[in-house]
Amino acid sequence: MRVKIFISLKNGVLDPQGKAIERSLHTLGFDEVQDVRAGKYLELAVDAPSRPAAEARVREMCDKLLANTVIEDYRFELSDGD
Amino acid sequence: MRWGVITFPGSCDDHDVFDSLKSELGQKVKFLWHKDEFAGNFDCVVLPGGFSYGDYLRCGAMARFSPVMRGLMKFAQSGGRVLGVCNGFQILCESGLLPGALVRNAGLQFVCQQVHLRVEETDTPFTGGLKKGQLLRLPVKHGEGCYYADPKTLEGLRKNRQILLRYVDAKGKPTASANPNGSLDNIAGVCNQARNVFGLMPHPEDACSQLLGGDDGAKIFKSIAAACAGKARPHA
Repeated sequence: MRVKIFISLKNGVLDPQGKAIERSLHTLGFDEVQDVRAGKYLELAVDAPSRPAAEARVREMCDKLLANTVIEDYRFELSDGD
Repeated sequence: MRWGVITFPGSCDDHDVFDSLKSELGQKVKFLWHKDEFAGNFDCVVLPGGFSYGDYLRCGAMARFSPVMRGLMKFAQSGGRVLGVCNGFQILCESGLLPGALVRNAGLQFVCQQVHLRVEETDTPFTGGLKKGQLLRLPVKHGEGCYYADPKTLEGLRKNRQILLRYVDAKGKPTASANPNGSLDNIAGVCNQARNVFGLMPHPEDACSQLLGGDDGAKIFKSIAAACAGKARPHA
């Protein structure tokens, strides 16, 4: 199964990268842009007997290593295939 | 007293800590390699600054799973004194030994400068030789030193008096302009509830000699040495 993991800073945590990107977009004339938040995107493949089993493992990976839940939120998408 | 200094792949201040403790302060120091099991009878173990595991994923995220950390966690949980400087502070937060987290500096830039710090609490082994309100001058050098904790955690830190150092101006006021990285509440260093684990972003090991511009850092190491001399050594 293939997994796409999206990690973002929690609301309330300063995101100076997002702010800098937003300012750059404004400078380029994209004045309609607001609330830019920078995050991380990970892709991985897992071997699992079932979808729920894969979800449980990925959640464990995120909680233990991939995200720091003090400052970050995560969500993920599973799809079939290698 | 016996000091341990852990070297992770990418640590770069381990030798600064080692040399300052040994040459400037005449202490017994031993290096610990990240791949080895934690072994030895130490009074205090230092997690040094640097860029462990290339700061991949998040600063300190991978180092916390090094083999040496299993034993270090037990050492800390049984009352052993642990000092984390810069990347060491990040590792202690990632491992859950200290509350909160360190994120990208508010100004996005790497900061490398001298800062003033105000000693907020003195009933810890790390600050026992200092006076409440005393100012220290230490260098900082980091890109991700902005301390963050959620409001509930911050309230707990204040209530339990776990904030040991704050960034202040030369007059001792915790102003926004004295804060080099946007840290919440000008926090430069915090300890755990049991007060045996301390993390800070500034580098005491780089301020142990007048020849290098100041020796305020030595005051922190001397506090630890005095505290350890006064108490039985915890078993590693």
